[in-house]
Amino acid sequence: MSEYIGDNSRTGSSEESGTFDEWIPSFCARFGHEYFCQVPTEFIEDDFNMTGLGQEVPHYRKALDLILDLEAMSDEEGQDSEEPVSRSIVEHAAEQLYGLVHARYILTKPGLQAMAEKFDHKEFGTCPRYYCGGMQMLPCGLTDTLGKLTVRLYCPSCQDLYLPQSSRHLCLEGAFWGTSFPGVFLKHFKELEDYVDRKNKETYELRVFGFRIADEAPSGTRMRWLRQYPKTSEEQLELQDCEFQIPKVQ
Amino acid sequence: MADVEMTEARLDTAEGSISSEYVEFWIDLFLGRKGHEYFCDVDTDYITDRFNLINLQKTVNKFTQVIQYIVDELDDGVLEQMSSARLEQLEHDARKLYGLIHARYVITIKGLQKMLQKYKEADFGRCPRVYCNFQPLLPVGLHDTPGVDCVKLYCPCCEDLYIPKSSRHSAIDGAYFGTSFPGMFLQAFPEMVPPRPVKRYVPRIFGFELHKQAQVARWQELQRRKLVHSLEQRGIDGGWK
Ligand SMILES: [Zn+2]
Ligand SMILES: [Zn+2]
Repeated sequence: MSEYIGDNSRTGSSEESGTFDEWIPSFCARFGHEYFCQVPTEFIEDDFNMTGLGQEVPHYRKALDLILDLEAMSDEEGQDSEEPVSRSIVEHAAEQLYGLVHARYILTKPGLQAMAEKFDHKEFGTCPRYYCGGMQMLPCGLTDTLGKLTVRLYCPSCQDLYLPQSSRHLCLEGAFWGTSFPGVFLKHFKELEDYVDRKNKETYELRVFGFRIADEAPSGTRMRWLRQYPKTSEEQLELQDCEFQIPKVQ
Repeated sequence: MADVEMTEARLDTAEGSISSEYVEFWIDLFLGRKGHEYFCDVDTDYITDRFNLINLQKTVNKFTQVIQYIVDELDDGVLEQMSSARLEQLEHDARKLYGLIHARYVITIKGLQKMLQKYKEADFGRCPRVYCNFQPLLPVGLHDTPGVDCVKLYCPCCEDLYIPKSSRHSAIDGAYFGTSFPGMFLQAFPEMVPPRPVKRYVPRIFGFELHKQAQVARWQELQRRKLVHSLEQRGIDGGWK
């Protein structure tokens, strides 16, 4: 219905006047954009935070204005000097630009805090692995370059990577979270590591009528190492030997 | 003798169904239900063979009636006289019994063949683990007794267990697939065992691996190499990629 309300009446009648058209909140509220947190405009307005992004994203100026809700002004002044760019192209550039700023922002203290809140609310989903007992996951890129790989999810419990469960998250650009995010998150929230260390490390072994499958069989156990952690003092010593390289097997 | 009679009667209805326009078989309805995609079609011959039903008699009340209901052998008159509560109970028992028979059937030669077809079409979903590369999964129970735990999915690539994506599937009783199914399946079709992925993930900050995680990952890789070594000494190729 709101579409039918005239433009001049809109400003007055809208309850959250001023917020209804803001680009960042509406981008983050979009279906499928649940993994994004809101980057404050002050962060984006600081040129230092935007270093190098002008080369990454086409129509940088217009895209930036769109994100900061300044588009109307620049539209008027830029009309004769620059060739007109279609709205959808600028919109796409704005999304790319926002994603790249987002990847930077979530490595800052307030950004980590915002993401921690989403993490606590399981907004990035929980680990599909049965023995992880519904551990929350963190979004992660496998490259920081645009257009290469979609987002993955990192589980701090099994320390493995998963694809998002829902198709609406499967096509999200991985670079919008970046390769360093889970690492920085783990370093910043040390208590998470302690929590994970204390979690039980139960694993599964294939059995037929209660008997384990012979090693000789093709389906014999080959992946136990992936979920194995040093327990005995002997294994602890072995772990120490692995500080910089993998010792030779004799 | 009862078995023979049952099978004969079954044939009659099968022929009779050609003339009547919509005969909906209970099993077809069951399999067509949303969320029942993991189940395969158990042969009625298998269901009516008492030998296959040993020790299942006590799992439901009025066992024979439930079996007749599953294979559409129950007299219409009998059904019409049932209270709606009794019908509901019958339907409930039939689903449970079908599930328990299903768990036995899927580890027979015919059942394994049917499940192979479903596996090839990835009816049980694919592994969500990135380095398993969309490996099709296999359903498995952690218990053979019904009512204990829901179905899980086994990945032959990472050899781990996953929770079904959809709540429709994650609510199905694991005992309807049984604890031995994936093991039997992969022993019956060794060519379906995929090469195991060696690649794994270590978190990085600006390109540098986190020290502690990298150290554990190296230790785990050492365990793998030790396994490769011990298998090689026995002349076994571990089949990694
Ligand atoms: Zn996990
Ligand atoms: Zn897997």
